[in-house]
Amino acid sequence: MSDIVEKTLTALPGLFLQNQPGGGPAAAKASFSSRLGSLVRGITALTSKHEEEKLIQQELSSLKATVSAPTTTLKMMKECMVRLIYCEMLGYDASFGYIHAIKLAQQGNLLEKRVGYLAVSLFLHESHELLLLLVNTVVKDLQSTNLVEVCMALTVVSQIFPREMIPAVLPLIEDKLQHSKEIIRRKAVLALYKFHLIAPNQVQHIHIKFRKALCDRDVGVMAASLHIYLRMIKENSSGYKDLTGSFVTILKQVVGGKLPVDFNYHSVPAPWLQIQLLRILGLLGKDDQRTSELMYDVLDESLRRAELNHNVTYAILFECVHTVYSIYPKSELLEKAAKCIGKFVLSPKINLKYLGLKALTYVIQQDPTLALQHQMTIIECLDHPDPIIKRETLELLYRITNAQNVTVIVQKMLEYLHQSKEEYVIVNLVGKIAELAEKYAPDNAWFIQTMNAVFSVGGDVMHPDIPNNFLRLLAEGFDDETEDQQLRLYAVQSYLTLLDMENVFYPQRFLQVMSWVLGEYSYLLDKETPAEVIAKLYKLLMNDSVSSETKTWLIAAVTKLTPQAHSSDTVERLIHEFTISLDTCMRQHAFELKHLHENVELMTSLLPVDRSCEDLAVDASLSFLDGFVAEGLSQGAAPYKPHHQRQEEKLSQEKVLNFEPYGLSFSSSGFTGRQSPAGISLGSDISGNSAETGLKETNSLKLEGIKKLWGKEGYLPKKESKTGDESGALPIPQESIMENVDQTITKKDQSQVLTQSKEEKEKQLLASSLFVGLGSESTVNLLGKADTVSHKFRRKSKIKEAKSGEASSTHNMTCSSFSSLSNVAYEDDYYLNTLHDRGDKELKTFSLNSELLDSESLTELPLVEKFSNCSLSTPSLFADNSMEIFHPPQSIAASVAKESSLASSFLEETTEYIHSNAMEVCNNETISVSSYKIWKDDCLLMVWSVTNKSGLELKSANLEIFPAENFKVTEQPGCCLPIMEAESTKSFQYSVQIEKPFTEGILSGFIRPLKISSEDFGKLWLSFANDVKQNVKMSESQAALPSALKTLQQKLRLHIIEIIGNEGLLACQLLPSIPCLLHCRVYADVLALWFRSSCSTLPDYLLYQCQKVIEGS
Amino acid sequence: MLEESREELMRFMLLFSRQGKLRLQKWYLATSDKERKKMVRELMQVVLARKPKMCSFLEWRDLKVVYKRYASLYFCCAIEGQDNELITLELIHRYVELLDKYFGSVCELDIIFNFEKAYFILDEFLMGGDVQDTSKKSVLKAIEQADLLQEEDESPRSVLEEMGLA
Repeated sequence: MSDIVEKTLTALPGLFLQNQPGGGPAAAKASFSSRLGSLVRGITALTSKHEEEKLIQQELSSLKATVSAPTTTLKMMKECMVRLIYCEMLGYDASFGYIHAIKLAQQGNLLEKRVGYLAVSLFLHESHELLLLLVNTVVKDLQSTNLVEVCMALTVVSQIFPREMIPAVLPLIEDKLQHSKEIIRRKAVLALYKFHLIAPNQVQHIHIKFRKALCDRDVGVMAASLHIYLRMIKENSSGYKDLTGSFVTILKQVVGGKLPVDFNYHSVPAPWLQIQLLRILGLLGKDDQRTSELMYDVLDESLRRAELNHNVTYAILFECVHTVYSIYPKSELLEKAAKCIGKFVLSPKINLKYLGLKALTYVIQQDPTLALQHQMTIIECLDHPDPIIKRETLELLYRITNAQNVTVIVQKMLEYLHQSKEEYVIVNLVGKIAELAEKYAPDNAWFIQTMNAVFSVGGDVMHPDIPNNFLRLLAEGFDDETEDQQLRLYAVQSYLTLLDMENVFYPQRFLQVMSWVLGEYSYLLDKETPAEVIAKLYKLLMNDSVSSETKTWLIAAVTKLTPQAHSSDTVERLIHEFTISLDTCMRQHAFELKHLHENVELMTSLLPVDRSCEDLAVDASLSFLDGFVAEGLSQGAAPYKPHHQRQEEKLSQEKVLNFEPYGLSFSSSGFTGRQSPAGISLGSDISGNSAETGLKETNSLKLEGIKKLWGKEGYLPKKESKTGDESGALPIPQESIMENVDQTITKKDQSQVLTQSKEEKEKQLLASSLFVGLGSESTVNLLGKADTVSHKFRRKSKIKEAKSGEASSTHNMTCSSFSSLSNVAYEDDYYLNTLHDRGDKELKTFSLNSELLDSESLTELPLVEKFSNCSLSTPSLFADNSMEIFHPPQSIAASVAKESSLASSFLEETTEYIHSNAMEVCNNETISVSSYKIWKDDCLLMVWSVTNKSGLELKSANLEIFPAENFKVTEQPGCCLPIMEAESTKSFQYSVQIEKPFTEGILSGFIRPLKISSEDFGKLWLSFANDVKQNVKMSESQAALPSALKTLQQKLRLHIIEIIGNEGLLACQLLPSIPCLLHCRVYADVLALWFRSSCSTLPDYLLYQCQKVIEGS
Repeated sequence: MLEESREELMRFMLLFSRQGKLRLQKWYLATSDKERKKMVRELMQVVLARKPKMCSFLEWRDLKVVYKRYASLYFCCAIEGQDNELITLELIHRYVELLDKYFGSVCELDIIFNFEKAYFILDEFLMGGDVQDTSKKSVLKAIEQADLLQEEDESPRSVLEEMGLA
């Protein structure tokens, strides 16, 4: 009773406050929510943070007492909840109330429920354990006849439901798609969209229902379904090309004002809907001329209609421009879009200007002349007082950088860098500068100085790749040895100068770079002796502000320099100093140095000059220790057990859950797993970089075993004229590059006799130096071709090369892609380039679009019929297959094909494995290509057979196969035939492997039975963290467990380990070796599936497949 | 060609006063409590330091922040990737319009004292960060429907009852 009295007392001041006359309508309204009102007012009246804290703590403890008191009614609970939310918002912990929020949602009437749900959605997040308690409430409310309750449940589901809880509500929400009220249908669609985001596999089966939502008579439901479509089209645009027409029609209606006025926003019809549709069209029309043609009209109209001078029309215009530049280009539209961008860029409104710059950045690679048009605006934006505008401008400049304007652009970036303090900006910008410097550096001095700036500003926040790449670049050099030496020498000199400066502190990473370079390349100096360099390093070593990690780098550098030094006072002092250091790592290094110092011969052989790039022969098996080990064993020492084995043993003793995933093989790795401290230090000593020993793996510079990563051709030592261009920019003297660019410009200024104001001239000059090389003649430069040639320090970019590789196959005709029945992205185009080499050298190209492939999964016949559910289809693995055939001069008309015999002939070779039927991929009068699949134990083998149907020999037949993303193809020997005899068939085998696990679409070809014992199953089961459970209704034909499992075995290639009563254990693996376990249990006609795997996505995928198999049959 | 993610992903929405007091927060992506507090504090500082004539968009951490000030209150949305900032700005404006219509010329005090209503309206307008309904009428209709129940419920109570003594 006493605590109730106390509560009353604490509440009293609030009551008094409440009676004070309030001012205005807000205060009048506020008086209703009495307690919250008094709390808020109480807080506002306070002056210090401390008082606030006291008041809230008081409030919280009174709330705590109230919510847990059994007498508290739900109505009061609702009021308490509101105050709890308020306290949490102020940053105080109110976690004691979470459970009561759930209770309120469960027990309250509508109003209380509403507050309860709100509190739950604000307090809890997806992975909160209390959420489990909410499932029943949500399920009950979803089934309620009250609309408001259903709405609340749908809202909370879409906000915080985790993927494990989706199955509980999914069928109920699916039903809601047919609800008579549009608001329910709309919310259900959005909830399913959220499910699609977090667990796409679970909603795969309702895709067809989404189509219905798209055609819903209510605009809101249709608009909601666009969220899902945008997402799905992004994942796989080719599967939805057939909907292009519908989207275009909808957009036309919206733009034409056919929607209810309700949806207007500032007299613009449904802008959000328009933007969503424009995004979808952009994705559908990308690289697809035929689809793009469907939308030209409506895009044109959108551009035309959006004339009102309001933010929202600009938002639509921006999206329109984006779409126009994304789809297959049409010059007329591009022109209009470019004009639009102009409107943005030239707008006095800063928000529009920003978007204009953003749009320019986006389109600049396609149309560099646009940058030229707006160069003066861009220059103005560079000096804009708002840093955001500046930054976007720099982003734009970054995209147009080339060898001619790199110095100016990098200069501008560095200026910005020096002003900004935000870590994210620094990391981002530093990375860009380093990239540009490596790509386009005009000379050594500029490169080193720019990198110095990068290191001193980027310091310890930048990406570790930057210093790593820089050192690698220095170490490996380029073709020209003298040039390399000059670069290194320059680096050494510049670092020595930097170290000479007093009272300057450099970031640790920079010091590490310096110490490595000085250690390796000080020998290049003429004047300074190694001893002097050592003295400088020693000074740093004694500096307290240097971290112990950096000190290990420094001592490594000293160690490398010691054999070159004549006098070694400093070294001895250093040894003396650090052999008694408290830091064990430093002490070890000092001792190593000490011993090496005593044996000069060994030292010089261990630490040769300029050998950092040479590969080391490391005895990984540590065989030199074998004698020692044998001796130990003979004296009764216990044999060595690798770490994982020890852990396993420990585990089996302790019976504790192990969360580490096991590999498939349990064989101990023997020597390779063996490590001893001696081994490490020895290895690193040899590498000449003993600093590594003490470094943490994550943020250290790794220099061991340097590989050749830098392409030799990337470096062209030609001294090109850096700024000689038509706009007359003057060459920039090298010395001034790191100084203010304005000075250079002023210098140039004087030489120009023009009547413009000085400021104007400066801008013009800046413009000419920035936009150099952007004219129409040099457009190519920007697009990458000339770029790669002019790179001085080239970063090897695989992606880029792959792209240019694609572009260079000039014979290829434009691809036309087509959709298939399955969701798999088909992009197979076959090019049969037949070259008739008969004097006239006429090049005939005809593309054979293999519509045949469409029916692929249907043609998988007898043997593999049972696998026909698996959606693996051969060609879908390959993004681009091209084939070139060169006819010999005496080529005559083609003879008849003999395909019937063909298939059987190559099937013979591989009968021991299950394989698919041969299927023709393409053919013409001279040649036919067919393929089939073999499910081998360790891979998927694709066999391609090429048959020469003509009566003549073919020369240099070449079959090229490119795997799609995530797949890897290994060629079997003998894939290239110099000569192909007449009327013969030749097969090529390729094994296909998954490069990394993923679960989109077509994995089934890579599932293999995993044959393990029940015991192993038990062990593995405990070790896997990812699990998925689901109940599946079985059809009558297979109501018994054995028959159901048998189906799974046949169709999905799962291995049945054991069947015990109504339970079954199965296992399979995803090649190369990702295991997945399945536990089944039958109750009546329901099969409970429970998957576990080390891979997080595999169970979902398999569940979906099993569901299909079991429910389908 | 041009590969950029064009997805409307809202990370969170904040309302705070010129004095740096948080008035409403809605997180659309699971974020730990500690991280939330840190982000709110940092972002408020950054936004409050901006001058009135500056751009309404901000690059902050890996996010794009779109903000707008209405009287003493800042509305602030954090979006991901390459979203259309301008439409997000209009989204804020539409939300303010909804509040305005509901409260009848809304002011900061309305939102302070009835913040749960502000949340309800937001939930009706955005679902999980995506625009759910762009029709002003239907959003308010849904809210009013639920509110109607409230008014029936709002019978006068005695002070004692209110304090849990009855």
